[in-house]
Amino acid sequence: MSLFLTQLMNGIGNGAVYASLALALVLIFRTTGILNFAQGEMALYSTYLFWYFTDRGLPVVVAILAAMALSFIGGALVERVVIRPVEHSSPLVLVIVTIGLFLALNSIVQVQFGSDIKTNLPRAYPKHTWRPGNVQISADTLVLVGMLAVVCVLLYLLFQRTKIGLAMRAVASSSESARLSGVPVGQMLMFGWGLAAALGALAGVLVIPQIGLQASSMQSILVFSFAAAALGGFDSPVGAVVGGLIVGVAEALTTQYVHALNGIVLIVPFGLILGVLMVRPQGLFGRRTVERV
Amino acid sequence: MSVLLEVSELRASYGAVRVLHGLDFVVNEGEAVVILGANGAGKTTTLRALSGMVETSGHVHFDGHSIVGSRSEQISRIGIAHVPQGRGTIVDLTVAENLRIGAYRRRDREVAADIERWYDVFPKLEARADQQAGNLSGGEQQMLAIARALMSRPKLVLLDEPSLGLAPIVTQELFRTLGELNHTEGLSMLIVEQNANLALGIGSRGYVLETGSIVVSGTTDELAGDDGVRRAYLGV
Amino acid sequence: MVSRRQTQVIGLVMSIIVLVLLIWLPHHNGSTNTLRWAQVLYIGVAAMGLNLLTGYNGQVSIGHGAFFGVGAYTSALLMHNHGWSFLPTLLVAAPLCFLVGVLVGFPALRVKGLYLALVTLGLAVLFPDLTKKYVHATGGTNLVSLNRGELSPPAWVPTSVSAIGRDDQWAYYVCLGAAVVLVIAALLIVRSRFGRALIAVRDHESAAASVGINAARVKVMAFALSALYAGIAGSCSVLVTHLANAEKVQTFQLSIEFLVALVIGGTATVVGPLLGAWLVVTLQHWISDTLPQHVGSLGPLKRVLGDPAASPALFGIMLILFVFVLPDGVVGGFRRAWARFVRNRNQTPHHAPAPLAT
Repeated sequence: MSLFLTQLMNGIGNGAVYASLALALVLIFRTTGILNFAQGEMALYSTYLFWYFTDRGLPVVVAILAAMALSFIGGALVERVVIRPVEHSSPLVLVIVTIGLFLALNSIVQVQFGSDIKTNLPRAYPKHTWRPGNVQISADTLVLVGMLAVVCVLLYLLFQRTKIGLAMRAVASSSESARLSGVPVGQMLMFGWGLAAALGALAGVLVIPQIGLQASSMQSILVFSFAAAALGGFDSPVGAVVGGLIVGVAEALTTQYVHALNGIVLIVPFGLILGVLMVRPQGLFGRRTVERV
Repeated sequence: MSVLLEVSELRASYGAVRVLHGLDFVVNEGEAVVILGANGAGKTTTLRALSGMVETSGHVHFDGHSIVGSRSEQISRIGIAHVPQGRGTIVDLTVAENLRIGAYRRRDREVAADIERWYDVFPKLEARADQQAGNLSGGEQQMLAIARALMSRPKLVLLDEPSLGLAPIVTQELFRTLGELNHTEGLSMLIVEQNANLALGIGSRGYVLETGSIVVSGTTDELAGDDGVRRAYLGV
Repeated sequence: MVSRRQTQVIGLVMSIIVLVLLIWLPHHNGSTNTLRWAQVLYIGVAAMGLNLLTGYNGQVSIGHGAFFGVGAYTSALLMHNHGWSFLPTLLVAAPLCFLVGVLVGFPALRVKGLYLALVTLGLAVLFPDLTKKYVHATGGTNLVSLNRGELSPPAWVPTSVSAIGRDDQWAYYVCLGAAVVLVIAALLIVRSRFGRALIAVRDHESAAASVGINAARVKVMAFALSALYAGIAGSCSVLVTHLANAEKVQTFQLSIEFLVALVIGGTATVVGPLLGAWLVVTLQHWISDTLPQHVGSLGPLKRVLGDPAASPALFGIMLILFVFVLPDGVVGGFRRAWARFVRNRNQTPHHAPAPLAT
């Protein structure tokens, strides 16, 4: 039983990471209708920035904030420079562009920061494991879950209580009507991409120190996050969070208990996606089925 | 009366297809002007051209600004509100949020008071203030779209087929309200409408559009008396 | 005047010229170049298959690297473990991939658009794990590597007529043969009743159903056919690379290459994917081999461009620039230019550009 609970906690911790990145995917999908295959690599770049800053001696918290701020600017620029010219193109072209971005970012980090694995990432908090009963709860889990909770509250406040959040929701729902009301749609899209990039940066700097920083660090995390977003529904932030936690827990429990799936645990997220989509194509919390792409 | 909107040689095209072939018309301050025409005559495109939503050339002067080539949000900012065809509401936002988006560009402190004011004009909206706009009936959505446009305190409102898809009784109520706004508030309007009877009822002048060109113009009384207009648009 | 018939004749003549050039090619090129062309051909074949699914039927897959892998492993294992020669392995690999395509196609019926792209991404990500778990070849890894003897062509193949080795020449002509047969097959498919059904289902599924098209069968069939193309491409690749392997990055990258070849060549056109494959392969080799030799004079840029890790970055950036300039691919751009040319010649604007796939 305690083993089960330990795995459950681990799953929730990983799930919090998947949920954060899934939130970033949902943010971009809702504002621009695009499935951003480069989301993970954007977070990867942010994490390299974080590593670079700490390597230059910046305090961890300052480095995190600096990486998030630069990621925000970078995300907004990506929207303006790379996405805007093709925003009305065929979905296939959009897939190609985000994949081009994926390839470019993945190799740029290697050129810019070296392709060796970085192990000297400082942690933002001490490593610790609590053992209430026989259940192990690591500080990682608590920090990740706490981060997710804070992010959710902040996003909720942003979207429900501020004018810019209202404008972003208006753009997501009907960009034409928003434009006619004087909302600067282009700036909102840049803001959305910037926000998503900053969110990805936060997830990256918190999770990557646990697994080591190299060019492939974010790829399987991105796959699990896609699973989370699809499971919850691509237009639903709540769905992204719930989906992330489900995917994380399912992964942890499968690894522990289903030995037949050793080495092919990735079956879990895709099995979940497929299973849910058979029954409910719009995902658990989504309202619209996704017809683009 | 001073000229509020002056349009000359207005051309617009979708890609290679030219839809408007050089329109000239004016809207004076406080006037309600109607544009009549069959399907495909270019009525909607005319409004979209004024709002910067299609490729446009020619001259459009509005309240001291030249607006050809400006972006929609800039045009909205200088005082032209556009109620697009077919429920221009933002369906995922609540009624109250739709109204607040209407005031997005305003920096004054009277937004809440204005919301109350449009609730008085359209009482059905107040009852549904916290519901998502997508759940409203067609008539309510049209009222919301108009109220949202008015929240920006525009100098000119462009209305695209406000009667489309509404029950006759709802339409009549809507046009009565629009007429009152024009008479009592002096709100300038440019209305595109297929239902010529209704439109001529509230407008003071009108233009008839055929395949992208203006073929007849005059006061609404003159238009209502014109044989061609009567046969083509009034069904008599 | 340029009539429709003349356009067809020009097309036919050009195809024959290209074919003759391709047959003659090994006589002119060294082994490296010949095998590079073989690579163009098999990637082109896979992209053509993907085109049947994505271009003509509107189902986006970013997982065809997996079908390619099934073909490659089937041929490689039969040759390596059971001593088969290459050609008979196709008789197993092709139907097997078709069958796997049917199996994947059925759940795909319920999953549309974006979600389908995601589920197919699952194929690309899972396939390497599956091979690692169930294929135990060289040193217990999932790498099946073939030796000269296993790869040698059958006895009836004449000795080399060109400067390159008999093995490489055999590999090239097998790829060319597969490409020619499958191009003709694709032309026949696209122009058949089934081809029209593919497009009808893509453009308007419910309308297609109302005129008696069994949309489900058409979609599953499209999946199966595209898997078969990708599988044959995978089998052929074994002759060129002398191995079957499935690493995550590589399987994903292959899937992407097929899609990229398709998009930059032109979706829903028969020759587009082949042209696209040529562009993809050439561009990649240019970036990784040619470019670094010419950046010596660029000073600080040398460090960046000379770094092998930089080639995917350049490839990605070029990809983005490419779709900015030619969003409907080379063939789409050519068609527009040709339509303009024909219109100017004829002075009658009736040749609208052919509608392009979404």
